[in-house]
Amino acid sequence: MVNEKVILVENLTKKFEDFTAVDHISFDVHKGEIFGFLGANGAGKTTAMRMLSGLSMPTSGKAMVAGFDVYRENEKIKRNIGYMSQKFSLYEDLTVRENIRFYAGIYGKSSHFIKEKTELVLDELHLTAEGDKLVKSLPLGWKQKLAFSVAIFHEPRIVFLDEPTGGVDPVTRREFWHMIYEAAASGITVFVTTHYMDEAEYCDRVSIMVDGRIDALDTPQQLKKTFAAISMDEVFLKLARKATRAGD
Amino acid sequence: MTAVKINNVVKTYGKKKEVTALSDISFSVSKGELFGIIGPDGAGKTSLFRILTTLLLADKGGATVDGFDIVKDYKAIRQRVGYMPGRFSLYQDLSVKENLDFFATIFNTSVEENYELIKDIYSQIEPFKDRKAGKLSGGMKQKLALSCALIHSPSVLFLDEPTTGVDAVSRKEFWEMLKRLKEQGITILVSTPYMDEASMCDRVALIQSGRILSINTPKGIVETFGKKLLAVKSNDMLRLLHDLKQCEEVQDAYPFGEYHHAVMKSDGRQELNNYLLKKGYGFELRETEANIEDCFMQLMKE
Repeated sequence: MVNEKVILVENLTKKFEDFTAVDHISFDVHKGEIFGFLGANGAGKTTAMRMLSGLSMPTSGKAMVAGFDVYRENEKIKRNIGYMSQKFSLYEDLTVRENIRFYAGIYGKSSHFIKEKTELVLDELHLTAEGDKLVKSLPLGWKQKLAFSVAIFHEPRIVFLDEPTGGVDPVTRREFWHMIYEAAASGITVFVTTHYMDEAEYCDRVSIMVDGRIDALDTPQQLKKTFAAISMDEVFLKLARKATRAGD
Repeated sequence: MTAVKINNVVKTYGKKKEVTALSDISFSVSKGELFGIIGPDGAGKTSLFRILTTLLLADKGGATVDGFDIVKDYKAIRQRVGYMPGRFSLYQDLSVKENLDFFATIFNTSVEENYELIKDIYSQIEPFKDRKAGKLSGGMKQKLALSCALIHSPSVLFLDEPTTGVDAVSRKEFWEMLKRLKEQGITILVSTPYMDEASMCDRVALIQSGRILSINTPKGIVETFGKKLLAVKSNDMLRLLHDLKQCEEVQDAYPFGEYHHAVMKSDGRQELNNYLLKKGYGFELRETEANIEDCFMQLMKE
């Protein structure tokens, strides 16, 4: 792994009136790393992710994402990252190919690039035969895998995944993680949230947010050692039970 | 005593019935049972719940709830079931107290009359009783929705994915609440996409693409796995997975948290050990017991 930092966060804070949603968090993420961003509902994960993806202005602190400053260069950040969530993924009434063309077009990719890469991606997903079908006709598992391919189609430096595998069957969930590994191996940094604790084990490093702060950050192996736990589930329970804040 | 009996229910959607949501589902739930319906999105869980709560008609087949027919006696069923849909469906502009009063009034009862039943859950949100429901946190909304579903003292409770998108701590708390409700004699049918929640149920139905894969106690399901299962880890998990998949003795291999699981064709532990030794990297190999997720994947691939 190249030791280049693609996300650099220092004392990042976001207040909504008198409520501190994100409270002086600091961490770095390296190029090609799979970084798990965990926390209970309401711990501040979404607010932090919105700041890092250039959608929300921090109240104070520093953050550089893909080499750009979150205060001054948030538009550049948006162009250099990919984003996917369980809720919003693709346009159901567009075909598979139309969705790809639409997203790649938004990121300013050339028709030549889009044309060539579309065939490659469809082939990898074994979706070539379904290319002209409406996305709504695909099973959920396929949609999620396609949504991930679309999120990294423009070859972003970082991809943010917000609970990408929620509700997905166990076989597809593992296929999805295989795609994450491949993306990371190709140099894309993966920043991922999940409620499945077995998936926390698949990350290179994991941070756990409690009440707006990052209370733990390490490799899954080291976290288990530190908290004398046999699984990440146990680590999470030990930390999140301390929370005083109600869920979102 | 049977609380819910489902006979050959079929449900399709679309003009040409091209989408099969439920294909020939049959099972029964006993009175007082905590019964889990476990499967991914799109398995047919919500369709089944909507049919049983008389909100949707099946194409074929029938069912009874508390002895009443879901078509003929739909009014009687609506009086005696509680239903918590997957999507928050209370009135966002009414306060916590107003929502609860509203549901009590509709069922010709009062909050006071059934307070004992909801006390355990409602007392946790009572300090916020004047807050508008739309302004509650996710966890509090869930508790209010459950209180509203219980306020008329239903005999059967249907909870559609109450823990989806909920963190691991809140999920555990929710299941503890359900266990206490069960002790009060209420039959509970609960659906979930989280396989690890199966262990909290008396019995579970594993469901996928509108078909029941298996119905049993959590222990019973695990016992039917019937194959030797090995847990393996090394410093290079990606390479290990690839190697496991290439091994003659291995029927199936997949990541499973910290380890990979290798489902063996027969015994084969010694053979796998030798095979991995030849690969020349350090590894740890041990026997393990299948859990519900292993079983679900095995059944999916059959």
